[in-house]
Amino acid sequence: MTLPILELAGLRKSFGELEILTGIDLKVTKGELAFVIGPSGSGKSTMLRCCNLLERPTSGAVMLEGRNIAASGVRLDPVRRRIGMVFQSFNLYPHLDALGNVSLALRKSLKLPRAEAAERAAAALERVGLAERARHHPAQLSGGQQQRVAIARAMALEPAVMLFDEPTSALDPELVGEVLAVMRELREAGMTMVVVSHEMRFAREAADRVIFMDQGAIVEQGTAEEIFGAPKSPRLQAFLARQAA
Amino acid sequence: MDFSDAFLNATVLQKYAPSILSGVWVTLYLSAIIVVAGTALGLILACIRAGGWKAVNFVIIVYADILRALPPLVLILIAYFGLPGVGVLWSSNLVLFIVLTLILAAFAEEIFWAGITSVGKGQWEASRSTGLGFAQTLFWVVLPQGVRMGLPPLTNRAIAVTKMTALGSVIGVPDILNQATTAQSFSGNASPLTLAALAYVALFLPFVLLARWLETRFAWKRT
Repeated sequence: MTLPILELAGLRKSFGELEILTGIDLKVTKGELAFVIGPSGSGKSTMLRCCNLLERPTSGAVMLEGRNIAASGVRLDPVRRRIGMVFQSFNLYPHLDALGNVSLALRKSLKLPRAEAAERAAAALERVGLAERARHHPAQLSGGQQQRVAIARAMALEPAVMLFDEPTSALDPELVGEVLAVMRELREAGMTMVVVSHEMRFAREAADRVIFMDQGAIVEQGTAEEIFGAPKSPRLQAFLARQAA
Repeated sequence: MDFSDAFLNATVLQKYAPSILSGVWVTLYLSAIIVVAGTALGLILACIRAGGWKAVNFVIIVYADILRALPPLVLILIAYFGLPGVGVLWSSNLVLFIVLTLILAAFAEEIFWAGITSVGKGQWEASRSTGLGFAQTLFWVVLPQGVRMGLPPLTNRAIAVTKMTALGSVIGVPDILNQATTAQSFSGNASPLTLAALAYVALFLPFVLLARWLETRFAWKRT
């Protein structure tokens, strides 16, 4: 039994009276791609944002490599370097070029010398196929290219796990493929990934495990074949029927 | 007496040009240090406000609102005539510098604050998720965007406040206007005031043009 890289235990999150997560238990092992599906408002994104403490859970534990990072007194900045995050709306820094976007945290958070940070940032951009766009600002890049820069930004820190929050939802359909291709490449390189997305085809093809969430809880999980081929719970069946329609 | 004699009397102009020029230097150097100090103080206050401590922010907001509401001349007179009563003897130059710096800082704080809040939550989250701290995010991600947005209004406000150095003539700061009104009363001719107006235009027009230019290239670089 391998130790999970990331583990959520009894995770709850409320905003005021509203309980968004009603007790999540999830283990993600090294090199695994966990794919989270579910209707909007089911708490998928909130769960993901609890993993790097962008949202502080109301109760429960977030274990990263065996340590509860949701405990009080944990310094979050070094922890967050170990957890890459890719956002739906890219969130690139508009005042910096692609290289600057990727190298900022390398320089200021990891404290690498400028030249070394630039070298590592260039290598990350190369991996997402944007080496020749290093000097372009976000406004000069397509949505797909921007998201690939955002992936490079997270990846360059060599995190233990990467979180993807609907990475293709803001993209025109013809740009989705290039982002998924980069994610596929990452997975093949052994990156541990938690992906919240509606790209069911990608889930079927690349996910080690598919997790179905509804109303703040994990309702069902299994391999892609199990989830898509033989859904057990009526809620998952209804969800998949809506997706197909 | 014709128009040119009343406003552009060559003899008077020649006689008082040196004293007005000396006023130009006073106005220039006061303006420069007011802009630097006022902008810096405003930026510091806006950064502190971004920290989100309620009590501290309340003090900053009260400060900014009161100084923006008060007519500057009132503050100048209160400081100049009131402070000696509590044993603070400041020169008229120092009073003018401090009052106008505090006023510019109040406006600059609001401008920078608007800039900081205009930067989306996603920018903060992206930066924090890569392990940058609050201050690092503010400095490297948020301020470069927020300050840029604030530059045109800030330039306009800096011009407005530095022009108020003319109010210093009331408390005896030997600035352009003070020199000109003195010359006017000695000569009984308005030409020194014309010269003062020309000096102000020469001094401030470049900055007005700068503000205009900043406004036109407000947008991010696009292809």
